[in-house]
Amino acid sequence: MRQAIKIGLIGGVVGILLSLIGMVEAFSQRDIIAHVISMGHTLLITVALFMGYLAAKRTPGKGSLRILSNSFLSGLLLAGMLALLVMAGSLINLRKVFINASPLLYSLLTFGLEKGIGALLLLVIGAMSGLLAGIFYLSPGILRRVLIISLGSIVSAGVLQDLLRPTFALWGPLAIINEWLFTANGLTVQGAIGLFILIAAFSLFWSRKGSAIQTGFRQLPPAPQRILKMAGIFILVFILLILPRVLGLFLSEVLTIVGLYVLLGLGLNIVVGYAGLLDLGYVAFFAIGSYTVAVLTSPELGFFSLSFWEALPFVIVMGVFSGVLLGTPVLKMRGDYLAIATLGFGEIIRILVLSDFLRPWLGGAQGIGKIPKVFIGGFEFAGPQQIYYLILAGCLLVIFISLRLRDSRLGRAWMAVREDEDVAQAMGINLVAAKLLAFATGAGFSALSGAIFATKLGSVYPHSFNVMISINIVCVIIVGGMGSIPGVIVGAAALVGLPELLREFAEYRLLVYGAVLVAMMLLRPEGLWPEALRRRELHGEKENEAESESSLKLKSG
Amino acid sequence: MLKRWIERITPTDVVMWFIGGAILLMIFWGSTATLTAKTYTVHHWFDFIIFGLAQGSIYALIAMGYTMVYGILRMINFAHSEVFMCGPYTAYYVAAAFYSSGFLDQYPIISLIMIFLVSMATSTLVAILLERIAYRPLRTAPRLIPLITAIGASFFLQYTIRGLYGSGFQAYPVVNILEGEWAFGGFRILKFQAVVILAAAILMAALYSFVQRTRLGKAIRAVSEDKETSSLMGIDIDKMIVTTFVIGGMSAGAAGVLYALMFKQVHFFMGFIPGIKAFTAAVLGGIGNIPGAMLGGIFLGLVESVGPSLFLDGLGIVAPYQLKDAIAFTMLVLVLIFRPTGILGERLAVKKA
Repeated sequence: MRQAIKIGLIGGVVGILLSLIGMVEAFSQRDIIAHVISMGHTLLITVALFMGYLAAKRTPGKGSLRILSNSFLSGLLLAGMLALLVMAGSLINLRKVFINASPLLYSLLTFGLEKGIGALLLLVIGAMSGLLAGIFYLSPGILRRVLIISLGSIVSAGVLQDLLRPTFALWGPLAIINEWLFTANGLTVQGAIGLFILIAAFSLFWSRKGSAIQTGFRQLPPAPQRILKMAGIFILVFILLILPRVLGLFLSEVLTIVGLYVLLGLGLNIVVGYAGLLDLGYVAFFAIGSYTVAVLTSPELGFFSLSFWEALPFVIVMGVFSGVLLGTPVLKMRGDYLAIATLGFGEIIRILVLSDFLRPWLGGAQGIGKIPKVFIGGFEFAGPQQIYYLILAGCLLVIFISLRLRDSRLGRAWMAVREDEDVAQAMGINLVAAKLLAFATGAGFSALSGAIFATKLGSVYPHSFNVMISINIVCVIIVGGMGSIPGVIVGAAALVGLPELLREFAEYRLLVYGAVLVAMMLLRPEGLWPEALRRRELHGEKENEAESESSLKLKSG
Repeated sequence: MLKRWIERITPTDVVMWFIGGAILLMIFWGSTATLTAKTYTVHHWFDFIIFGLAQGSIYALIAMGYTMVYGILRMINFAHSEVFMCGPYTAYYVAAAFYSSGFLDQYPIISLIMIFLVSMATSTLVAILLERIAYRPLRTAPRLIPLITAIGASFFLQYTIRGLYGSGFQAYPVVNILEGEWAFGGFRILKFQAVVILAAAILMAALYSFVQRTRLGKAIRAVSEDKETSSLMGIDIDKMIVTTFVIGGMSAGAAGVLYALMFKQVHFFMGFIPGIKAFTAAVLGGIGNIPGAMLGGIFLGLVESVGPSLFLDGLGIVAPYQLKDAIAFTMLVLVLIFRPTGILGERLAVKKA
């Protein structure tokens, strides 16, 4: 009971916060299902459902009546807090302080009805959501999974509608889906029901037969298995190659941005993921790559006017060289100190580039423009649909190099350094060489990425290279899973791609980003797609509890 | 003896000495050039120093939070800069209300105290919530994880404040008694600068004596020395950690109001740069060391305000003031390279550093 009250009140605070920071109002502009439910309401109901579920889960004992009453109570309390907000808002003008406490927000919270009736309806809906969450908690596992998957896909179809609609429209026959599924704002009612049934049926089928199919695949003799795998890889490569044609201009632009972050992430993955050196100034090498290309190719400064391909070797050399140069002073540092020192380096480089002092050479705050596009023969990498191939080639190259490095002697040396520097040194690993090589390789990849970035934009500005980029890349790696190459790709898609797609909610992008980072670290610190070793490290403790406990004590003692 | 010493030198040492020597030479050359050129009078230098002291004492107050949290949890509380920002931004609304009702002009002292209290309370609340929600579950996690959490929390707080209060700059109301200047013999001190320095000095003295003299302070120091032993001695570790965050939040909130009074505006992003500077100050003084944080903050403030004119002007660098942040970061890197324990820090064992 007390737990339920506490959870309900916490939920109420979350709901009020979401309303006051303007998220509910901004999200209400988009309907998930046209004229039935908007995204803002979905957001609040999701919070209510989650809190109700939590209240049910925390209820001691198994009495279902008690569980239901607790989840009901928490939902009711949550809605009650929101109703209080509406009351307070109608009595005093909250807008002097909270800019988003607008009349529109109150009318959204009361469903556009008269205040008293609306508040009553709010309470009813809150309590019902809580109750539903309780019923959900009590229902069997398979039903829960199917419900989550199909409701989740309806919500994501609604959220990503602006993305799906034009993509379907590009393909003649698929345009019918558009007619059936979408209106100008939100899904149609019959579309939502149809989608729900379809996804539910599919997930039901998969949960029944999925494991049978997988074991069937494993029982095949090795030769056909290999053929199937190869076919899978071929299909993947084919899809990657035709992707920009299929997706159109905007999505290709998003893809190129994600690709750049994948490149950067793979480079930093070597420094942070393999060698365990936390570098928060990684953007410096990105900037160095961009500026090297700009200085060497742009006619605006008039020192050189090489082509991109002629400049590329210099870019890589500059990147590697600066990696060694900035790596040398920090060789003896560890952990947080290393992070802060590298952060300092990154900022120093940016401030130097920005200053009037270096303006004649680097363009100061105005940056350098007129960077020529890349040509191969007569083919110009002009727009995002073409630059995509450049980035794809870069990514594949870097993935190949990272894979080979990981399994090499050097890669194993890096991992030894990551696990324990002193032991690694005692085993005969040359720490200086290993660390410098890690910095240099990472910096080289980053410079390559910077070079592509410069030609993509056609100009470079110091403001593109602030510390947020470094932190973003570190987060991509951490969220994806440290040291894992597919992890970097997943991380970049999730942290860079998704926010790009949801541009209209850009205001809340970093807010959600921060919340996701905290939640990730609390709930799944090994990342979305972790390396096998790390997963065992963080989750294997249950298997050999006694052993890991004693080692923990050794570490802390 | 000499031979053994030479054998122990590695190429990296030589490179580092070279870098250090080059920078020292640059500082020396620049300073002599500036001083002989006589671009600035004594009065200018005095202004620079007072400004540096005011700025530095704010850094010192923020740095207390960093250094105490680092001392007790061995983590960089990256979100401390947001703790610093939340306070004065919330107090802004109190200040604005006082200003528009005329209360601020009638009873300036009482209103200033109220503003301070609101700001300190908000910052403390945020710090406590931060500790409870984000850091407490991660006490035993690998070191990178709390750092990432702190970065995430920092984003979250920044943009929550932005969502709540809006994204523009808010002009802090002018407090009339803090305007104007005191002049004696050609030297002048702006009143608010003097107040900032004085207030920061009082707060720091109070905090320092709290940590050194009281029972609670002693318990905090014990926990930061050795958690397990102090818990065996009957100290409630959770309570001590929360107390640390409370002290950090209070000093950050006070520093925030001083900062807002000095620069006369608040913004949701205002915490970032002072936060990094304050961390630099904490490292400069020796992280984990409270007097070190104070000394480091004041030193950093002085170098930042005197440095550009003193070191760089003489080298013929255009617009040296743009490079003041670069000077601060260069100092950070230099200290980390040549004396990672900071000015006052004792030699930390490897496992602690």
